[in-house]
Amino acid sequence: MAGYIARRLLAAIPVLFGLTIIVFLIMAMIPGDPATAILGSYATPENVAKLNRDLGLDKTLFEQYVIWIGNLFQGDLGRSYTLNRPVLDEVLERFSATLILAGTSLVLCSIFGLLAGIVSAVRQYGWADKVITLLVLIGISTPSFWLGLILILIFAVNLRLFPASGMYAIYGGGDLPDLIHHLTLPALTLSVVATGVIARLTRTAMLEVLRQDYIRTARAKGLSERKVIYKHAFKSALVGVVPVIGIQAGFVIGGAVYIETVFQWPGIGSMLVTAISTRDLLLVQGGVLVVAATYVLFNLLADVVQTLLDPRLR
Amino acid sequence: MTDTAQSAAAKSKRSSARPGTLALLLNNTLATGGLVVLAAICLIALAAPLLPLANPDVTAPVDRLLPVFSDGHLLGTDHLGRDLLSRLIWGTRVSLAVGLSATFIAAFFGSLLGLIAGYAGGRVDTLIMRGIDMVMAFPYILLALAIVAVLGPGLLNALYAIALVNIPFFARNIRGITLGLSRREFVDAARLSGKSPAQILFIEVLPNVLPVIVITMSTTVGWMILETAGLSFLGLGAQPPQADLGSMLGEGRKILFTAPHVSVIPGLMIFALVMSINLFGDGVRDVLDPRLRAGSLTRPVSRTAVERGDTPVPPPSEKGGVLDVRDMRTEFEIGGSVYKAVGGVDLNLAEGECLGIVGESGSGKSVTAMSIMGLVPTPPGRIAGGAAYLDGEDLFAVSDRRIRKLRGGAVAYVFQDPLSTLHPLFTVGEQIKEAIGTHQPLSSAEVKKRAIELLSLVRIPNAKERLSAYPHELSGGMRQRVCIAMALANDAKVLIADEPTTALDVTVQSQILTLMNGLRRERNAAILFITHDFGVVSALCDRVAVMYAGRIVETGRTGEVLARPQHPYTAKLIECVPVLGEPERRLDAIEGRPPVVNNLPDGCAFADRCQRVKPECRSGDIALVMSSEERGVRCLYPLNTEGTA
Repeated sequence: MAGYIARRLLAAIPVLFGLTIIVFLIMAMIPGDPATAILGSYATPENVAKLNRDLGLDKTLFEQYVIWIGNLFQGDLGRSYTLNRPVLDEVLERFSATLILAGTSLVLCSIFGLLAGIVSAVRQYGWADKVITLLVLIGISTPSFWLGLILILIFAVNLRLFPASGMYAIYGGGDLPDLIHHLTLPALTLSVVATGVIARLTRTAMLEVLRQDYIRTARAKGLSERKVIYKHAFKSALVGVVPVIGIQAGFVIGGAVYIETVFQWPGIGSMLVTAISTRDLLLVQGGVLVVAATYVLFNLLADVVQTLLDPRLR
Repeated sequence: MTDTAQSAAAKSKRSSARPGTLALLLNNTLATGGLVVLAAICLIALAAPLLPLANPDVTAPVDRLLPVFSDGHLLGTDHLGRDLLSRLIWGTRVSLAVGLSATFIAAFFGSLLGLIAGYAGGRVDTLIMRGIDMVMAFPYILLALAIVAVLGPGLLNALYAIALVNIPFFARNIRGITLGLSRREFVDAARLSGKSPAQILFIEVLPNVLPVIVITMSTTVGWMILETAGLSFLGLGAQPPQADLGSMLGEGRKILFTAPHVSVIPGLMIFALVMSINLFGDGVRDVLDPRLRAGSLTRPVSRTAVERGDTPVPPPSEKGGVLDVRDMRTEFEIGGSVYKAVGGVDLNLAEGECLGIVGESGSGKSVTAMSIMGLVPTPPGRIAGGAAYLDGEDLFAVSDRRIRKLRGGAVAYVFQDPLSTLHPLFTVGEQIKEAIGTHQPLSSAEVKKRAIELLSLVRIPNAKERLSAYPHELSGGMRQRVCIAMALANDAKVLIADEPTTALDVTVQSQILTLMNGLRRERNAAILFITHDFGVVSALCDRVAVMYAGRIVETGRTGEVLARPQHPYTAKLIECVPVLGEPERRLDAIEGRPPVVNNLPDGCAFADRCQRVKPECRSGDIALVMSSEERGVRCLYPLNTEGTA
């Protein structure tokens, strides 16, 4: 088992390298000449050439990448020109906020999605199944950024139950209850679509598993229906659902871009949107890289969990 | 599922004339609803220039932020006094156009990559798919953001970004299908006839891949509309004065508290659009990919439904016995027709006795075995009549709680394929211990001790170590021993073995048979042994019942039936068994196929395959005539009757 995890970790390294190449190339493809952009259009050719040399832009793409990745290993992602601080500092600070939001949503959508899927499968064609199926359809069709606005209107403006924006109260906040209070609406909004996807898949997986011969064996043993469904069938269904939860992690982290903008959550998503509008490309680069790497790690985690569940994969 | 039901289901699919795609689609209420809403939205969006709408871009500061249902502005106005209804319809037009264009671009390039990768295989395939994997390693929306960051904000750039990040979905799906198709005969034939790879790809392969492309499009187009709207909402898509639904929502957000309708209305439109597309898309997928159709995955309930109707329940027979099955009828209702898998079966099993049930696939022997403890899947199965008495207790009438107590307790099963009947994710120890713990109030140490005893009992070496093995780590014979150990866990009175040796090779087969025979003598358990193999019957069973088309056609003591079969079908079955030392013996397969049990002919079900058939065999109901207590045959002109009464 430990050997397997080590192998999977090793296998993730080329993927992470590939990510750095793609991120580097995307940024290198940006049209226009950075030196001219920095110095303005009246710069002399000598000055442009000098700046290009200083920035390392006269080197080949490959040399530039090697330098860039070398700096990356030293924790140097460059300096944000809009914020005038190291990209890494800003990204890490923002990233923790995103991780709180996306992590909570991921936990919520896993719990609700699995539960709804099981209930739906067990009560197939019953009213609970119909209600859940309809809710799932509505959930995956709702634009999350709009749902966030609606929830703000209802729960923040009208009912005044939850704050409309931010991560902590400006005065006297900062503790866990305050965080949860601020987290509730955005985390719920962010989890809706993923809940729907997971519920749908769990339902199908459960229905598939419940037809298997070993479920008949479990029944022939005289097990209670609760054990048949929640122990025997659910464990098998979970093996199929876990990788999808891993993939949903990507959608949740990505979807955080909208939710952080709507709820003014100080995470990496809202940072990216601002950075794109202000053309602060080093910040975009750093943000994209960190989020993409996290996604790779989430998928790795899903793989490991799947292997823990299914001995045949070891 | 049982073989009868499966072949029946397959039959019904073939025989029912397949209705047209559109008809199937319209049968689905939700899909039809989606189609209607979608068509209405598209029509209105298309007709926008013809409708009497205000100019969507004309500002009128005096009329700013009018509420819904104002004079002249049905949906009110926005912060610049522009008519919201008009902007909504024009915005929908833009969103639809962008979403559809992105879908087509993604479908075109994704399918092309998939076709090439799948057809070319080898290094080309590896190269393309590694690239696709790389792109998929990014969170979807993040990659779109990065692309917009490079290209700069704008509607067209958002469109490209969304199309690009969706290419992998198409490439992956199409590659999988193409890979399968390019190994098929018709592609080989085209290749041999000298067609170029391009011709083969686009003339031979593409038409077969098209349904998958359409399915993938129908499932992604909703997403693409949502995501382009999302980018516009963030201010990275449509730039003013151009507006799509997303940017309307984004602008409205700034005045959410003062004029919520400005942002609520475009959001509702996005929702309606995406929801209708998803409903319709699900319908399309169901029609094009029948495997996924909702009804095809029906969950079997914990116990077979018993619908004995008004027919009186037959009383237990005078013979008594541990297990007494009387006129049992089990049916499957599939696609409107009823398959009588078991059509009135009587069985009687005394203590310590072994009764074999023999028949071809589809004869109803497995369904008979499953019906006794209610293990036939419902739907589609149901017990339509008769009774099964266990020590005088009608198993079809007892409570669910009682049947659970008896299952694995007094009556235990051993099934055919031990690889699929053992749970792959639990160790054999866990599974055996569970079987013990369910029926006996023992401490976990005692349960473990008992589990080890059971494994030793079925001659598994190193029983203690084997407890922590998973089923896939054992050989087929070992797995079946585990299943038998599990069945013996609670001193069952009746052991029902459904082809327990069929999936095993011959030497292991005989070991398992010897084991079962020994256990029967040691424990005095009655065995109901289902098999298609007379050789196995002769090794183990005291008596045998031959089944054909859901009914018993001959029964008697094993030796007697083997020596002097009376039913022509039995005779044929026995001829099929190879005998050691008689290589010249002809092994005749029985010509023809058993009848399908939803439409049994009058008279003898075997008539069509019988060489001795006479006209009177084809009418009326032919009874099982008992010539003695144990011997009976369902034939008007039985063989080998001399010597018996």
